[in-house]
Amino acid sequence: MAIPKIVGIETELGIMVRGAADWNPVSASSMLINSYVGTDPGGIDDRATPVAWDFIDEMPGADARQALAPSFSMPPEIETHLVNAVLTNGARYYVDHAHPEISTPECLDALAVTLYDRAAELIAVESMKAARALLPPDQEVILYKDNSDRKGNAYGTHENFLVDRSLPFGQIITGATIHFVTRQIFSGSGKVGSELPGIGGAEVPYQLTQRAEHFEEEVGLETTLKRPIINTRDEPHADSQRYRRLHVIVGDANMSQVATFLKVGTSSILLAMLEDHAYDMSMTLDDPVRAMHHVSHDLTLGEPMKLADGSMATALEIQFDMLEQATAWSTKYGLESVGGDHVGNMILDRWERVLTGLESDPASVADQVDWLAKMRVLDGFMERHDCGWDDTRLRALDLQYHDLRPEKSLAARAGLETLVDDADAALAMSEPPLNTRAYFRGKCLQKFADSVVAANWDSIVFDVGDDPLRRVPMLEPTRGTVEHVGALIDESATVSELLDKLGA
Amino acid sequence: MAEREQIKKTPSRSDKADVAEAPAASEAGEKLKSELDDLLDEIDDVLETNAEDFVKSYIQKGGQ
Repeated sequence: MAIPKIVGIETELGIMVRGAADWNPVSASSMLINSYVGTDPGGIDDRATPVAWDFIDEMPGADARQALAPSFSMPPEIETHLVNAVLTNGARYYVDHAHPEISTPECLDALAVTLYDRAAELIAVESMKAARALLPPDQEVILYKDNSDRKGNAYGTHENFLVDRSLPFGQIITGATIHFVTRQIFSGSGKVGSELPGIGGAEVPYQLTQRAEHFEEEVGLETTLKRPIINTRDEPHADSQRYRRLHVIVGDANMSQVATFLKVGTSSILLAMLEDHAYDMSMTLDDPVRAMHHVSHDLTLGEPMKLADGSMATALEIQFDMLEQATAWSTKYGLESVGGDHVGNMILDRWERVLTGLESDPASVADQVDWLAKMRVLDGFMERHDCGWDDTRLRALDLQYHDLRPEKSLAARAGLETLVDDADAALAMSEPPLNTRAYFRGKCLQKFADSVVAANWDSIVFDVGDDPLRRVPMLEPTRGTVEHVGALIDESATVSELLDKLGA
Repeated sequence: MAEREQIKKTPSRSDKADVAEAPAASEAGEKLKSELDDLLDEIDDVLETNAEDFVKSYIQKGGQ
């Protein structure tokens, strides 16, 4: 039976420093985050505290394939000495390798995570402002929400889904692969040119996604090279008997809220269908990695790919089939697991709307799909300035689409439809979701910041004075909500009181 | 190799008639075009002054 598809997105941001001869991304990222967390222009202090991230349970090297223990896998290193903050909305904001990385808190559904993803963008904007106040007047730090420097380096926007542990991982591999390959038609953010050796600009002047070409394997543990379509990282940050966290690394960062919503929502539905054993997996790709590149390179959306049974199908056809199955599933099983009827039907309606638009007239969904919105701007520019795809200004536009500065962002001017209110997103910068364990984390940070020694996804460590430090486990993502602990937190003047009331 | 069965599109979830949307389409198209024109007008102010330098200097190492 499908369990709630609690979900979170973590985004590695591109970073540039203007006006400084010598700068490095690690210190720029650290300075940026510390500016947001540490300063107090207009009351930022209540949005963040310098509470440290607790690395005690981090095991990014744990692999879901258990007995298959591949010896060539290189587990990612955990860099424990870099800036790592927990925010009062329950999210994490930190330096990951050479990037600032911001996550959403755990959200109950795709619409909530779209709200918190927008809040993350606003946090990035505030961070740039806060950093600017501390830098010499001619310097600024600029953040980009994208995934590729178009020079061979790629960075991720990862989705994380709560999945029932009893669902065999092999079924996730089979079912999710074809979705991750084909959803690119609406989730891609577009990229000028190709980075694959041997492919010229004439052959691929523009493609659907930033990430596809950086994927070389079907299944694996790596995240920084030889990237796999299905990542096997097994770090549930929750009760490992009951839960799995599916760590999805294939996606592009989206500027379009509809694209974010659909990317996450359709994937949630797919995983719920798998849990309900209601997804017909007879359609599988003959060569998923090749298909992934193929879909990204095909602007016509009409070139079919080979399936394992020898027949051919396009990404659109596969997605329509998936939508049909999802509709049937929702009738039989209900939409509780993906956030209830309102959000669930919103996902299905929008999925149909966008697929139908892509099939009949892609330009009609340029207000919802990033690669189309971007392409519309690029086509318009080429027409007005009578230039071609090889013009450097197109590459600059390609990058600047993702600039997070409101006064410079092209995405902000591309006529994209919004699903969330910016007033709500502004609140979400400092207020946690009500209905997941992020509520407990966020509220404890708001009220008892001085007593919180460290926090991570599945526990908080409190300092209650003379007693030894107390760790409160939070292994259940569905608990710690406003219903469970709201009154307890409100009624407790001190952490000791709260811990007594919790029976911890 | 067996002929693949034509994948049927799911019947429309919306009850609205498609015909009713046709007259609005060209109006929407006009609006989109003028919005795009506005954006392109604005682009010269918004675009990074030296595209060449910007593109060359955009390097992002060490990501997942």
